[in-house]
Order: sequence, then C-alpha cells, then structure tokens
Amino acid sequence: MRKDRGVRYLMPSLFGVSMFFIIPFGVVIYYALIDSPVRKEFVFLDNIIKVLNNAAFQMAAKNTFTFSVTAVPLAVVLSLLLALILERSIPLRSQFRTAFLSPMMVPVASVILIFQVLFHHNGAVNEGLAVFGVDKIDWLKSEYAMLVVVLMYLWKNLGYNMILFMAALGSMPKEMLEVAWLEGASSFQTFRYIKLRYLSPTILFVTIYSLINSFKIFREVHLLTGNYPFDTLYTLQHFMNNMFEKLNYQRLSAAAIIMSAVMIVIIGALFLIENYYGKDVEG
Amino acid sequence: MRKQSVVVNAILTVLVAALAVLFLIPIVLTITNSLMSASEISSNYGVIFQTTDTGGKVFIADRVNLKLIPDMVSFSQYFTVLLKSPDYLMKFWNSVILVVPIVAFQLLVALLASYGFARFPGKLKGIVFFSYIIIMLMPYQVTLVPNYIVSEWLGILDTRWAIWLPGVFSPFSVYLLTKYMRRIPAAMIDAAKIDGAREWQIFTRVCAPLCKGMIFAVGILVFMDYWNMVEQPLILLRDDSLHPLSVFLSKINEGEVGLAFAVATIYMVPSLLIFLYGEEYLVEGITYQGGIKG
Repeated sequence: MRKDRGVRYLMPSLFGVSMFFIIPFGVVIYYALIDSPVRKEFVFLDNIIKVLNNAAFQMAAKNTFTFSVTAVPLAVVLSLLLALILERSIPLRSQFRTAFLSPMMVPVASVILIFQVLFHHNGAVNEGLAVFGVDKIDWLKSEYAMLVVVLMYLWKNLGYNMILFMAALGSMPKEMLEVAWLEGASSFQTFRYIKLRYLSPTILFVTIYSLINSFKIFREVHLLTGNYPFDTLYTLQHFMNNMFEKLNYQRLSAAAIIMSAVMIVIIGALFLIENYYGKDVEG
Repeated sequence: MRKQSVVVNAILTVLVAALAVLFLIPIVLTITNSLMSASEISSNYGVIFQTTDTGGKVFIADRVNLKLIPDMVSFSQYFTVLLKSPDYLMKFWNSVILVVPIVAFQLLVALLASYGFARFPGKLKGIVFFSYIIIMLMPYQVTLVPNYIVSEWLGILDTRWAIWLPGVFSPFSVYLLTKYMRRIPAAMIDAAKIDGAREWQIFTRVCAPLCKGMIFAVGILVFMDYWNMVEQPLILLRDDSLHPLSVFLSKINEGEVGLAFAVATIYMVPSLLIFLYGEEYLVEGITYQGGIKG
C-alpha cells in the first residue's frame, strides 16, 4: 500500500509532463521516421543518417560541442574559485556577491546592445586593446566570435554558480576541516581531499545547470547575429531553428533525436562518475 | 581556524573588485543611458541596427561611443515610454500576466511532485526522475516542435495557455525541490508519524515548511527565466498584442535605441526588487537548514 502513495503527489506533474513533453516527444520520433508529413511512409533511420551527413549539421554539432566543452568546465571551475575566494575574510563580500549576480537581472535586449557596442569594430574593447598596440579585431565576424560568446556566457552564469558553491561550502561541517588542520594537512590537501569530495554533488549539479544554460545562450547569439552568423557561431540551435522556419520537421526531429541521445549519454556518465566519486561522503 | 595571509587577501580583494566592476558594467550602462535624451543617444550610437531579411540584426554603425555618464540627466525617455506610448505598459502587463501564474503554479505542482519523489523512492520513480532531468536539459529548440504540435491539438495556439501550460509543468523546479526534499532527515518524518500526523499533514506541516527558503530561491530563478523569455511567445503566440515586453525589447531597431534603455530599465524593476528582497533566499534557501543534522 505504502508503495503507491507517492504517486498521488506525482500525478499533476506526471500528467503535465506527459502531455507537454513525453507524448509530443513520441511524435517527434514519429516525424523523424517518416519521409514527409503528407505521405507518411516509414523510412526508419534515413532521416537521421541524412542529417548526420549534412554539412551544416556537422558544423553546427562541432561548434555546439566546442562551446559546451569550453564554456561549461570554465563556468564550473571559475565559479568555484570565486566562491572559495569569497569564503575568505575579505571586505565587501556581500557587495561582490550582488555584483556577480547582477547579470541575471539585465534584460536580454540590453545585454545584446551592450555587447554589440563593446565588441564592435570601433568599440570599447578594441579601443582598450589599441593602447597595448593590438590591431582592431572584428570580434563577432572572426575566429574570436566564439570567445565573445563564451565571455558573455560566463558573465551571465558565474554569479549563480558561485552562489551554489558558497551554499555548499557554508554547510560543510567545520569539525572535519578543524581535524584536517590539526593533523597538519596543507590547504591544498584540505581542498583536494575534503572540500572537493564534499562538494562533488554540488559540482555535478552546477555542471548540469551550466549545461542547461549553455544551450540558453543561443537566444543571445541569435539576437546578436541572426539566423546565419559567422561560421564558428553556427550551432545546433541555429540548425534546428532554421529547419523549423523551413517547416522541415523531419530534419528538425532527426536532429532533436540525435541531440537527445548524446545528452542522455552525457548525463548518464555524469551520474556514474558522481556515484563512483561521491559515494562515501554524505551529500 | 587557519590564519589567512593579509597580503593574499588584499591581492584577491583587488582582483575580485576588478572583476565585479566588469560584471556591473551592463546594468550600470543600461540605467545611466536611460537617462540620456534621444539626441544624446543617437549622437553616441547613431543608427545601430538594421533588420535583415534573414531575421537577424546587423550592426551597421561605423562609429560607436559607449558613454557612462549622461551630459545632462533627462527623463524624456521615461516620459515617452510611460505617458506617450501606452503600448509599452500594455506589454509590461502582458509579461506580468504570463509570468506570475507560471511561477506560482510551477512551484505548486513541483512541490507536490518533489514530495512524491523524495519521500517514496523506487526504481520506477528513479527512471521517471532521470527522464525529468533529460527533459529539463533539452534546449528550447528541441521542445519547440512538440510544444507547437500539442498546442495545436489542444486548440490553445495563439492563446496565453500555450505559454502557461508548458511553463507550469516544466520539470526544472521539480528537480531542484526534490534534491532539497531528500535531505530532510527521516527521523523528523518518523517523529511526526509518532505524533499521529497523516501523510498529507507530514507534507503540509513538516516537509513543505522546511522547504520555504528553497521555494523562494527556485521561484526567483523561474521568474528570471520566464521574465526574459523570447522564443516561446514568438512561436506560440502569433498575435503580437499578447507578446510580453521581453519579446518587444529584443526587437529594438533603428529609431528606438534610446527608448530601449528606458524600457529595459523599467523592465528590470521587478527583477531588482526581487533581488533586493530575495537575494538572501537565493543564498540561504539553497543551504539545508531544517533541524537535526544540518
């Protein structure tokens, strides 16, 4: 009896999630397997193979991968560093915390306007670099475009990640650290063997959260550069967005399925790592 | 505790302060620029954007001038926004009416679900929970077509329900609240049981109140997310008059750059207020504080 009592509480959510996410996802799979919404003939993996061989898709997948692999670890490591620094007894800690959180409030439109102006060919960043004798760079239309987006992503997300780490550090049992200190552990050892292990559930969580947000930065990139940006900025979201506008649901669905599959593997792996690494510490 | 080196702390303070200033630039610029007159704005930025056929905006100015302090503080932009063009206020209202129900009901649905997940774990629930995480991670472009299809089936396309319903059932807060709820010690629930509390009472009297801080924290995050939505309304609401201000703001073009700063500043007010009163929750809410073993 006890077993199914929890289901009662899950009902509203399960109903909604099935209705708006799971069942429709079945439809996406169906779309990916047929040749056209009119003829409805099953072609099985044809669409997926076509998409995998599509040059635009390959470029988009490569860029999305490059971005996530660069930006997400940076977001995790830098925010942990900031949290560790703000944990020390330095002045103005809560003011700094507010400053790092402030990007969460700025509306997308202002973000775009300001980044445009900062990284414009004749913008403030180039002017600043000119002082050091660096030639002008057309940031958003060059190899550096990705760098600008990574910076924007970090600017937007470091604050909240930092807060998550601060919360975890704050709830860490002080006795554990005292013992380590009495046993003569160096601060690096304390960090490596105690803090890091204690933080591992938070690290997993921040990684997942950063990954979600790494997909959300598309909104800014899209508003910044349109449907067809500089090659290195063309991501899977551009690909899918353009397929949606062209009403090519087969390709869109196939791309969505490939992306989901990759995501399931990544998240599964993250959970396994966390299980293996963080099992012996309570979290 | 270990003694900290004063020198190291001083260096770190300077570094963090420099970084903090960089982080503040956009918000400060938005506010100060909203106090410039239309002519000052246009002399600084000129004609900045040109909308292209491909739907994007191209930056066409050849000379831009980022200015922090206005020559003369002017409220003319605000005057235009607030008094001359009721359109902006209507869009602002659209934002409120779209976002507030989503935040309230998403939290309610998620609180119930997280209790179910955390209190009655099981293999099947584990799988369901994992699929929630996957859904939560999907970029909007993946859920785009499903959302569109369902809205069409239900006949809610072009109505606010097309935004409300998927928003209310978004698994994001379920994930966060479940993680938090799991940390409530079993001993506390057992104690409540011994005192004769029924399942529903354990939920309403013990678990839900313990999650209060976290509920606020998640509420802030959900609010921020939806307050700045752009994609959903563009696809699911073809009727412009229902669009929230965030969509409208993202379409700033040629002549409206000056207004854009003022509108953006007005749009930031709810977020600023929430932060002013809620920042502590964002920090403390996440930390588990409910009795026994903290």
